[in-house]
Amino acid sequence: MSGNPFSLWVYLSQSPLLWLTVTLLVYASTDAVSLRTRRHPLANPVLHAMWIIGAFLLVTGTSYTTYFAGAQFVHFLLGPATVALAVPLYENRKRVVTSIVPMLVALVAGSVTAVVSVVLLAELAGLPREVVLSLAPKSVTAGVAMGIAGSLHADPSLTAVAVILTGIMGAIIVTPLMNRTGVTDYRARGFAAGLAAHGIGTARAFQVDEIAGVFSGIAMSLNALVTSFLVPLAVTLLVR
Amino acid sequence: MLASLGLILLCQLIGEAVARGLGLPLPGPVLGLLLLLMLLLARDRFKLLALGPLGNAGVETAGKGLLSHLSLLFVPAGVGVVQELDLLASHGIAIILVLALSVVITLLATVLTFRLVSRLLRQQDAR
Repeated sequence: MSGNPFSLWVYLSQSPLLWLTVTLLVYASTDAVSLRTRRHPLANPVLHAMWIIGAFLLVTGTSYTTYFAGAQFVHFLLGPATVALAVPLYENRKRVVTSIVPMLVALVAGSVTAVVSVVLLAELAGLPREVVLSLAPKSVTAGVAMGIAGSLHADPSLTAVAVILTGIMGAIIVTPLMNRTGVTDYRARGFAAGLAAHGIGTARAFQVDEIAGVFSGIAMSLNALVTSFLVPLAVTLLVR
Repeated sequence: MLASLGLILLCQLIGEAVARGLGLPLPGPVLGLLLLLMLLLARDRFKLLALGPLGNAGVETAGKGLLSHLSLLFVPAGVGVVQELDLLASHGIAIILVLALSVVITLLATVLTFRLVSRLLRQQDAR
């Protein structure tokens, strides 16, 4: 056995096992707190897990690359989980089919609002052109948004940050905001969550109500498609 | 269970291949979602398909298992953002305010449009 605890730490901190364990345990605790507070919006498990792990990496001087070697096993499951959205969609297909018209109209209204509002607000705030372009696709899932940013010669890593921040803020704000508007239709509430806040909004919607989750997943998928056509158009028309 | 996970991965794989191959602006997993949905619908029509993961609610159970901790799957990417917060150094507050306002406006526009259209339709049905 090695007599030096430091060399043991050096060994463990470089292994994927440690960081996978940290990710699961920290999330398990933030999720338990979220459940204990009956899914209070401010107890969002993603938000708290990300800053706690982020602080832990900072304190131990661990690089994101080392962390990701372990966390990638969790990250990888995002793709299969997206495919798995077909299951609740299939089980609720009758409600989805009868809602097709309101969904399509809300999709167009929502996608246009998402892109136009962020571009106009960013210009109003006097942000530089490159930042405006990087923020434009912030309401769609990270992979697609970064692709759009790349094709506009914007900064894909700033886009990724904007996407995650949008998702977290949307997931926190959606429940109190919807309660205030008095809309009790979980199809509409979920659809808005997925459109504005992609997967993180969809994860929130599933915590609140299964129907909301189903409609959120549909909105997220459709918005990825519409936004990739819309952003280049909006940028040509709106950005000086 | 294994066969069900395999089927989900296969749908994603085909989705990625088609999206890449045809240069579609859709993520591969979204095409995989459509493919799995079509398989589930086809199973109800053709009883021949109801075997392996498509029989006995196998893929349904596996899919729900994956979705039960959807939030967890965003943690690694979220930690990446904490590491890149210095990107926000020069315009951080403006960017956060712009994003927050935009997400509120988008949520409201979407939910109110959805409500309005579904109310209009119901009135038409009633007449």
